[in-house]
Amino acid sequence: MTKIDTARPLLDIRGLKKNFGAVEILKGVDLSLQPKDVVSIIGSSGSGKTTLLRCVNLLEEFQGGDIILDGETIGYKTVGAKRTRLRDAELSRQRAMTGMVFQSFNLFPHLTAAGNVMLGLRKVKKLGKEEAFAIAEKWLIRVGLGPRLDHYPSQLSGGQQQRVAIARALAMNPKLVLLDEVTSALDPELVQEVLTTIKSIADDGATLLIVTHEMRFAREVSSRIVFMEQGRIAEEGTPSEIFGEGRSQRLNEFLKSSRH
Amino acid sequence: MNYTLHFGAVWASFDHLLGGLAIGLALAVAAVAVGTVIGLLSAFASVSRSRLLRGISGTYVLLIRNIPLLVLVLLVYFALPQTGIRLDKYESFIGSLALYAGAYLTEVFRAGLLSVPKGIVEAGRAIGLTRMQTNISVVMPVMLRNSLPSLGNTFIGMFKDSSIAAAIAIPELTFEARKINVDTFRVVETWTVASGLYIAACFTIAALLRMLERRFPKF
Ligand SMILES: Nc1ncnc2c1ncn2[C@@H]1O[C@H](COP(=O)(O)OP(=O)(O)OP(=O)(O)O)[C@@H](O)[C@H]1O
Ligand SMILES: [Mg+2]
Repeated sequence: MTKIDTARPLLDIRGLKKNFGAVEILKGVDLSLQPKDVVSIIGSSGSGKTTLLRCVNLLEEFQGGDIILDGETIGYKTVGAKRTRLRDAELSRQRAMTGMVFQSFNLFPHLTAAGNVMLGLRKVKKLGKEEAFAIAEKWLIRVGLGPRLDHYPSQLSGGQQQRVAIARALAMNPKLVLLDEVTSALDPELVQEVLTTIKSIADDGATLLIVTHEMRFAREVSSRIVFMEQGRIAEEGTPSEIFGEGRSQRLNEFLKSSRH
Repeated sequence: MNYTLHFGAVWASFDHLLGGLAIGLALAVAAVAVGTVIGLLSAFASVSRSRLLRGISGTYVLLIRNIPLLVLVLLVYFALPQTGIRLDKYESFIGSLALYAGAYLTEVFRAGLLSVPKGIVEAGRAIGLTRMQTNISVVMPVMLRNSLPSLGNTFIGMFKDSSIAAAIAIPELTFEARKINVDTFRVVETWTVASGLYIAACFTIAALLRMLERRFPKF
């Protein structure tokens, strides 16, 4: 019988440092997620939330610290004192372990909804056409887009496009899904359908790391909330700790200013 | 002016002109096909992270764009055999026109590449596609669709430039027209009919290209 190590975090970020040129953007971030955790990152504009997610998905290089995903150190290998970025094939394999949903949807415009979901299944998972389609169909139905399988992105509303993007990420069966302000580009009346979709995948046991400005949603869906400030994690706690009475002055100020 | 028009002599050889037109089209199709491959490679090189590749692409475009096509055709046709490479006149001309088209298409595809949104490239990488897979499955289709109108214009341009093949005695439309002209001395008639054929062919190609553009969904 194999022993399942429940104590080992699914994602373990240790001392993450990142600079753009001479400017240090992440100044030593530590964060860990257990399987099925739903962690929301809040914080003011420019505090480094997007950059943190992009480092985890290896879309950005980082200069210090480690990111360990399910026991595997990702992005770099260290031999002796020498730290080198992994090669493209390795990075791609590691990227496939996390899903990412972007603020601006970023659907492939030349592919239908089903085609968008199928591309990774075909090219990365090397599945046959029929199998890939079956999975795509399942996920598109799951996000409420069963009748829109063969619509192109330009024929879909923003909310529908974002739900396709969610299906595209989840169909790859990632260990972890990163969501970066996925409702910020949407008309207000379309926000709810996307949040509801995320809530339901969270309820199904997905591990999520979410950047959001939707405080009510963060409070509802998260197991933990992280408050970032100037490239550091300034506060971390359960929703009731973060939004409750005992919170700090600066968090108080941020929450007040973010209530539009 | 006492020149009276007599088209009869031209009509008598009209099938030669049509045959010449077909050869011109075939030359253009072959040259644009090869030129598209050259243009794609060169365009990707021009936006690559390697300075060497960017340099090669830039030099190629610079050189080709500053040689008149006629000179390039003659150079390839007469100079290449000196280096031991034997090509017949068709291969030689298609090669020259392809090199020429490739330089123009480098610019067309380069602009197309720069117009591909960065976000969809990242989305491709994010689901685990390699750089190469992203280029093939995401960047190329979007870029080609965006480049379709310019690609069509280049094709029409190359079809017209196929007339230069007459210089190395390939019997395309201009060559045939010149022959009829020499045989019959019907200068005005011959060149009027030849021009009419070029115009008709270009209009037809343009119309077909517009249909093709409509066939592919606009993003
Ligand atoms: N490619 C880049 N080059 C240089 N600086 C960058 C780059 N991307 C981000 N930055 C800087 O890094 C800092 C953090 O940016 P980031 O996008 O991570 O913030 P954020 O917390 O996501 O903000 P927002 O809430 O506005 O989305 C900002 O000061 C930004 O200007
Ligand atoms: Mg951001």
